[in-house]
Amino acid sequence: MSTNTDAIVYNEDVVKKFVLAAIFWGVVGFLAGDFIAWQLAFPVLNLDLEWTTFGRLRPVHTSAVIFAFGGNILFSTSLYVVQRTCRTGLFGGDGFATVVFWNFQALIVTAALTYVLGFTQGQEYAEPEWWVDLWLTVIWVCYLIIFAGTIMKRREPHIYVANWFFFSMILTVAMLHLGNNLAIPAGFFGGSWMKSYNIFGGVQNAMTQWWYGHNAVGFFLTAGFLGIMYYFVPKRAERPVYSYRLSIVHFWALIFLYIWAGPHHLHYTALPDWAQTLGATFSIMLWMPSWGGMINGLMTLSGAWDKLRTDPVMRFLVSSVAFYGMSTFEGPMMSLKAVNSLSHYTDWTVGHVHSGALGWVAFVSFGALYYLVPKLWGRKEVYSLKLVGLHFWVATIGIVLYITSMWISGIMQGLMWRAYDNLGFLQYSFIETVEAMHPYYVIRATGGLLFVLGALIMVYNFIRTIKGDVAEEAMQPSTAGAR
Amino acid sequence: MSIFKHHAKVETNVFFLAVGILLTVIVGGLVEVVPLFTIESTIEKVDGVRPYSPLEQAGRDIYVREGCYNCHSQMIRPFKDEVERYGHYSLAAESKYDHPFQWASKRTGPDLARVGGKYTNDWQVRHLMNPRDVVPESVMPGYPHLMRALDQSTIVGNLTTLRIVGVPYTDEQLKNAKAHLVEQATTTAGAESAIAKAYPKAVVGDFDGNPQVVSEMDALVAFLQVLGTMVDFTTVDHTKIQR
Repeated sequence: MSTNTDAIVYNEDVVKKFVLAAIFWGVVGFLAGDFIAWQLAFPVLNLDLEWTTFGRLRPVHTSAVIFAFGGNILFSTSLYVVQRTCRTGLFGGDGFATVVFWNFQALIVTAALTYVLGFTQGQEYAEPEWWVDLWLTVIWVCYLIIFAGTIMKRREPHIYVANWFFFSMILTVAMLHLGNNLAIPAGFFGGSWMKSYNIFGGVQNAMTQWWYGHNAVGFFLTAGFLGIMYYFVPKRAERPVYSYRLSIVHFWALIFLYIWAGPHHLHYTALPDWAQTLGATFSIMLWMPSWGGMINGLMTLSGAWDKLRTDPVMRFLVSSVAFYGMSTFEGPMMSLKAVNSLSHYTDWTVGHVHSGALGWVAFVSFGALYYLVPKLWGRKEVYSLKLVGLHFWVATIGIVLYITSMWISGIMQGLMWRAYDNLGFLQYSFIETVEAMHPYYVIRATGGLLFVLGALIMVYNFIRTIKGDVAEEAMQPSTAGAR
Repeated sequence: MSIFKHHAKVETNVFFLAVGILLTVIVGGLVEVVPLFTIESTIEKVDGVRPYSPLEQAGRDIYVREGCYNCHSQMIRPFKDEVERYGHYSLAAESKYDHPFQWASKRTGPDLARVGGKYTNDWQVRHLMNPRDVVPESVMPGYPHLMRALDQSTIVGNLTTLRIVGVPYTDEQLKNAKAHLVEQATTTAGAESAIAKAYPKAVVGDFDGNPQVVSEMDALVAFLQVLGTMVDFTTVDHTKIQR
């Protein structure tokens, strides 16, 4: 066995492709989200065309940010990390992974087109029709082969903790995807080939859908991105992970508990109470491993806290973990039935999702991208760290506007729905609560616009980085330490 | 601690790691999903819930296609204000033939679980054409494209597929699906019709004001008008549906 690192050839071309795709789909997904946010404030933007209504575009937004942006981030980081931590190239080399890459991009475009044209399974975050699902299954199995195959030919005795998280994400998402998309295509029986009916209906369908839906968050957007945290935070901080034992407890407790939390999306519905109670109980227990993971990430900074002041990339990574801590506190709180009775069906849920999606998922992704792009294109650092700092603040202000406006509008709407006047009548008609949302929808959409703007600053920074430019400020000796 | 020493086995062997992960993540789903198929009280025993008529099911498919679930729930929770605003809280039985379920998770617009019969056909059509014509503050999109003709060629196949996933359509109902579909959209309200026998409480009529064409609008409004009306709660034994 050779220990000479020079002899290892990493497959970085395909990682570069995934990185570029992630950046591209990120901007597309954020833009789509901001557009539909403006639609809620100004309905004329629905354009009265069947392809551009909120109902058809919202799945385009959710799929673009979760699966296209998030998915390409996961592909790029996991395939980068697994090579580095196993000190070997990809199983199947650049070729196999490149086939996966192009199939995945084509699948994204296809899924978006089918939504716009009105082909959908009608289940949140699992909208693609049966044939798109089958295609994704094939892509995913290839991904599993590449990832597990690379681990099997590793030149390190141990599998690094980040890879446990990536691996659990790949395996569990496969299970969820298959379980929730068991559908019969109507085409076999003389119906439409573009239409299928889920084999589960009603209450059972509700349970399988949220078993899937919650764990799309739990595994795709959490376990996978924790893998990113476990590699990129220590790397950028140049410190080892705070606690190896904590990471073991964190990993197993998180993946065990997460699966149970789905029914908290169905509180006070026709789902039996025992299932709701199980969902709430495990959601509260989930708080512990979530914060265990947050502590492991944050404490990795011990002895290097000054980097928070001097390195804006570190600021993205650390803030993402802080946002992760905040959302994983808010989530268990919202899964308490008393809180949920107010928050459910309102914008509070939307705000909660976005504090996780923008604050945690997107920020940790930006941190990883700012680390990866200069590395992959052989630059010392990004074009301008100053612009990274600007991106950070513009995006942070955007997130704050977003989540505070959604807290206010959500809690207000929940309270208005249940308000009685002193004669004992419901105080507000539904449409009065819709009217009351308007200013908050404008604030939210403005916050979203800032987030898009931040992403465009990043794109500019990367274009200059890849071209090999170095901003003037980076050529000066650093004065960040001085007052 | 010894448990951490043993962990070396899973973190040095990808096969052990995979098996460990799969065993760990499969438990929760099994415990929460499987009993829903075996515990009898999961779906209440109430009379009246029937498969959707062909026109209603076509309307439901349009409801799904347009992504109405992104803004409208179909699940009334057992709270005083919700019951007063929308009607009796929803039962599991009422959505047992819904593939996929459309309980949804957001109310940008009001709950629709019992919207059936609340508004006239004419109001529904005008509202769908341009919501702001009847509700000036509404933020809902307009759906003028629903005035096009409904594609009737797939209805028998679609209902057959639904039968395979558990919706109890009879051979008779499948055979007459196309005739039923046209009949429901063309019979004058109040007139005798076969559809009322095959699908009790189905609302008949020319919904969209255009008797020449069975439109997507006809189908969607027929679906909306039956929502939440199948169970007669004055005859339900309330001890059977208590939550």
